[in-house]
Amino acid sequence: MRALCWHGKGDVRVDTVPDPRIVNPRDAILKVTSTAICGSDLHLYDGYIPGMHSGDVLGHEFMGEVVEVGPGASHALKVGDRVVVPFNIACGNCFPCQSQLYSACDNSNPAEKADASEIAYGYAMTGAFGYSHLTGGYAGGQAEYVRVPYADVGPLKVPDGMADDQVLFLSDIFPTGYMAAENCDIEEGDTVGIWGCGPVGLFAIKSAFLLGAHRVIAIDHYPRRLELAKEAGAEVLNYHEVKVREALSEMTGGRGPDSCIDAVGLEAHGFSPDNVIDEIKTIAKLATDRPHVFREAIMACRKGGTVSVPGVYGGFADKIPIGAFMEKGLTIRTGQTHTHRYMARLLEHVQEGRIDPTFLISHRLPLEEGPEGYRMFKGQQNECTKVVLKPH
Amino acid sequence: MHQTEQKSTDANVHPTAFIGEADEAGPHDANSIRAVTIGRPRQELYAFWRDFRNLPRFMENVKSIELLESGRSRWVVAGPGGKDVEWVSVVTEDVPGERIAWRAEAGGDIDHEGWIEFRDAPPRRGTEVRVFISYDPPAGTVGKLVAKVMQREPRVQARRELRRFKQLMETGEVTTSKAPDAAPRA
Repeated sequence: MRALCWHGKGDVRVDTVPDPRIVNPRDAILKVTSTAICGSDLHLYDGYIPGMHSGDVLGHEFMGEVVEVGPGASHALKVGDRVVVPFNIACGNCFPCQSQLYSACDNSNPAEKADASEIAYGYAMTGAFGYSHLTGGYAGGQAEYVRVPYADVGPLKVPDGMADDQVLFLSDIFPTGYMAAENCDIEEGDTVGIWGCGPVGLFAIKSAFLLGAHRVIAIDHYPRRLELAKEAGAEVLNYHEVKVREALSEMTGGRGPDSCIDAVGLEAHGFSPDNVIDEIKTIAKLATDRPHVFREAIMACRKGGTVSVPGVYGGFADKIPIGAFMEKGLTIRTGQTHTHRYMARLLEHVQEGRIDPTFLISHRLPLEEGPEGYRMFKGQQNECTKVVLKPH
Repeated sequence: MHQTEQKSTDANVHPTAFIGEADEAGPHDANSIRAVTIGRPRQELYAFWRDFRNLPRFMENVKSIELLESGRSRWVVAGPGGKDVEWVSVVTEDVPGERIAWRAEAGGDIDHEGWIEFRDAPPRRGTEVRVFISYDPPAGTVGKLVAKVMQREPRVQARRELRRFKQLMETGEVTTSKAPDAAPRA
């Protein structure tokens, strides 16, 4: 089959690779009909994520048609079902999964892959598609076919009559934006400040309003993204033009936003584990994460408010205003998205017309033009908001 | 340094965790303990482990376990550098539902001993499983480094096998991202 493979920094190519096969009883094989490039994929593209091997298939936002089902998943899926798949892999059986903390699944990272992240983080990372051997080395979905483990737990069936474009983002960015907003514990009259108007930030804006926010103030510097944020109902600030904290203070009558969402995350320096890890071949000495937005969110947030962090961080950060955090009595809520928890609920929002996720898609390309898609997404962040690839 | 001072650490924690005492924590040079919590009943986990014929289902490098008489079993395991390693194991303690201890008989390729304990975890968590391994690293410190890089060092192996044991018991499968012909046995 054809698949988009990582070969090094700035080097992704569509190669012919072996088709995936059923390995474990609960597996299914999907024929991929739509798959998106994520902002996090750019970290891989830029060579910042350790644990990548040349030839790894990328892609964690995907959906398609079931073409094969193992006996352990046949009670849940059948050949021909159309499904969208969460980007992280959850077994459904362990204590975290049973507690709906799906992004903390104990079992989805293979035993021999789990060492690296256990050394880096104290506990092994949970498995995910197409995102380095730290998360298990699973082939991703920017391909014609993909193997889906625990297929009786992850995949969500797509109702007839809904186009791929309407549901694809249930795989990652819509639940991510939604969980970020949910983590703000929005109450009547609340103002939510959102840094970053990329896909996650935009879904966070829409989700904040769905969850009852009175106002959303959104911050970015790309004009096109600010335009989309405004269309989503936010009041927008360009941080190249205004002093953000001053503006936020004035706009909120001196209180500060009731909650602040950091939808930016680490800036460009990538994951930076403390020690050089034996098993990771590509890691050199990496700089610490640069948490500009995280610091600003803590400083801007009202006393007693919440800082919600969907933005990905990987390593260590200097000069966190922990004094402000403590003295203002803030709550920080964060984590990889518990995607499985939200998909059905958000599908309903789409079906009922409360949100149309297709607003985000700026480009649709065949899989064969995937490398161009990466170049565009990285190099033209104003015009290119989301690239969707169609492998068939 | 002998303990002339009374320790105030009262918690039930294994000697391997005490600063500067890992070397004396067992009869051999390398000692380690590893714990994992599995959401299955204690008796079920004990019974599964005690039938050693089940172990190759999640112990990736175990090529075969042949049951002999009187709690003895012959193990053939893939060792460092692709060479097979073999020993006869003897069960030295067997407390049903709680503890199994074993020791490698003299004359085998790796001199080691260990135990596994099963304890009820706090409510809603299932069972806490602890595995202790004490062994002499192959061919000294250099051998230990080589073995670790080759990912066959017993301590690393034990860590991985406990993860796989948990996966198998909780999900019914051994988790893998490899192609079918490279997958561990399930």
